[in-house]
Amino acid sequence: MTKHSWAQELLRRPAGVAAAAWIVLLVVAAVVSSVWTPHDPFDTDPYSAWQTPSLNHLFGTDGIGRDIFSYVFAATRTTVVVAALAGVLASLVGIGLAALGSLTARWVRESTAVLIDILIAFPTILIAMLLSSILGGSLGVVITAVGIGYGVNIARVSRGEIRRVGRTDYVLAARASGVGSAGVLGRHILPNVAPVFVVQLSLAMATSILAEAGLSYLGYGASASTASWGRLLNDLQVYIAIHPGSVVWPGAAITLTVLAFNLLGDALRDATDPRLRARRATSEAIA
Amino acid sequence: MFRFVLSRLVLLVIGLVVASALIFFTLRLLTGDVAQVIAGTQGTAAQVAAIRTQLGLDRPLPVQYLDWLAGMLHGDLGTSLVTGSSVSSQLLQKLTVTLPLAGMSLVIGLLVGIPLGVVAAVRNRRPEGTALSVVAQALAAVPAVWGGMILIAVFAVALKLLPTQGYPSDGWAEPGRALRSLLLPALTIGIIEGAVILRFTRSATLGALDEDYVRTAAAKGMTRTRAVLTHGLPNVLLSVVSVLGVQMAALLVGAVLVEQLFALPGVGRMLVADVGVRDLTKVQGELLALTGLVLILGFIVDLVHRAVDPRLREPGE
Repeated sequence: MTKHSWAQELLRRPAGVAAAAWIVLLVVAAVVSSVWTPHDPFDTDPYSAWQTPSLNHLFGTDGIGRDIFSYVFAATRTTVVVAALAGVLASLVGIGLAALGSLTARWVRESTAVLIDILIAFPTILIAMLLSSILGGSLGVVITAVGIGYGVNIARVSRGEIRRVGRTDYVLAARASGVGSAGVLGRHILPNVAPVFVVQLSLAMATSILAEAGLSYLGYGASASTASWGRLLNDLQVYIAIHPGSVVWPGAAITLTVLAFNLLGDALRDATDPRLRARRATSEAIA
Repeated sequence: MFRFVLSRLVLLVIGLVVASALIFFTLRLLTGDVAQVIAGTQGTAAQVAAIRTQLGLDRPLPVQYLDWLAGMLHGDLGTSLVTGSSVSSQLLQKLTVTLPLAGMSLVIGLLVGIPLGVVAAVRNRRPEGTALSVVAQALAAVPAVWGGMILIAVFAVALKLLPTQGYPSDGWAEPGRALRSLLLPALTIGIIEGAVILRFTRSATLGALDEDYVRTAAAKGMTRTRAVLTHGLPNVLLSVVSVLGVQMAALLVGAVLVEQLFALPGVGRMLVADVGVRDLTKVQGELLALTGLVLILGFIVDLVHRAVDPRLREPGE
């Protein structure tokens, strides 16, 4: 299976295309918002508090007169950076642990497997709280927590896959002809584990966005000078009884983005799973 | 069965020991000097030394860890660095909020997820089946705090049916009031978890629809829906049980966030406050209680799964 064919498969799935489009839009928004936003997202103006949506304030204003659209727009940067870095860290942790749990001596392999099973019981948010109690809350802590918390999930899924690929004839042939462990891992195993891994990466990013929002809501994520959807939810919560409309924007932004990464993950799973593809091909042939 | 329970029990104990060691050593190694933290920037060297001796911090770390473990076996998790009160007694009291909240959320999640998941599978590719899948996919992406805010806006502010926030100060003395306070928070977690369970039930049921026994029953004159309900449902329920262990973790994390939103005096809210004031002995105890709960619930789910699934039994059992 080549990369080309899964990209093509992905493009045939409307949900996958919509999800990918939303994520591209988000990245563009993150880039644009770092040079331009309609208003300064942190500019307060008590005289224009709680304005209803208008052309000047697309999403209205909050209780201290901040333009909610500009704030939500600027917060895309936080979301994109956290998702990207958490994704990279989770991949490194996941692949590292999976390799340790599948390609090493028996006792290392088995104790790694037990460790993975135990670490999975640690919810990401609790890892973040553990680190925050010492280091104080920050986006770095959120990224580290997701990296460890979701990395373990990636490790569990990839470990099985690496072990399966490790037993195939071509890997045994490569080993027999003298290719070292690192060579086998890089040249033969990782490319074959990639489809399973890409799906997990997409789900890791969905998790990181929910974790960032939750922790920033609790006050242990983004600092007050960083725009964050979760922080905005916390700022608006006090006024929920009087201005329930304003919480729609940050909440919808989080939901749509998490949904996009989940849908992308599902579409990638379908696109990269040859069994599903074969089934669809037969059903199309019958139709 | 006995050997299975024993091996699971050993794994549970290993899990609890590793979890407690990770929590303890991460906190101690990253903090540097706990005594200095307590004494604050104004503390003199003599004060710091006094605190160190008083709390036993001058002993080697492994000894301190074993001491904490030994205390735990007697139900003593140490005393708060900030207020000096017992950590275990506060934990027990906060659990009277968090455990019922988690339990109610789980019941709501199962009541929503399983029946609707079966419907979504049986009505697959029809408008109602597609609608259920789409709604479930979207709900599973909703952050708990936002979901809770929407429920507050609808049920507390607009309809005035339930309290917006808070919990009766006398706790379960008046069960009706306590339940009313927990209902919206439990719905928040339960609906989101229910969406996840719905998706899982749907795919398990779709799998069952393809099985030979459903086809045979259909061939003998049952409708496909009836065949799935009578023969497929037990299998579907078993696979739902097998993922519940993982769902427990999500449930408790949901509780941490939702307790904050609804101002409920549970373990999660206490943890959030203690992290803020760096009350390390309390944070240590709370994290252990929450991860321990995830491990113990996972253990119970495994035992239940094994007890009810005849396929997992050893020959001759």
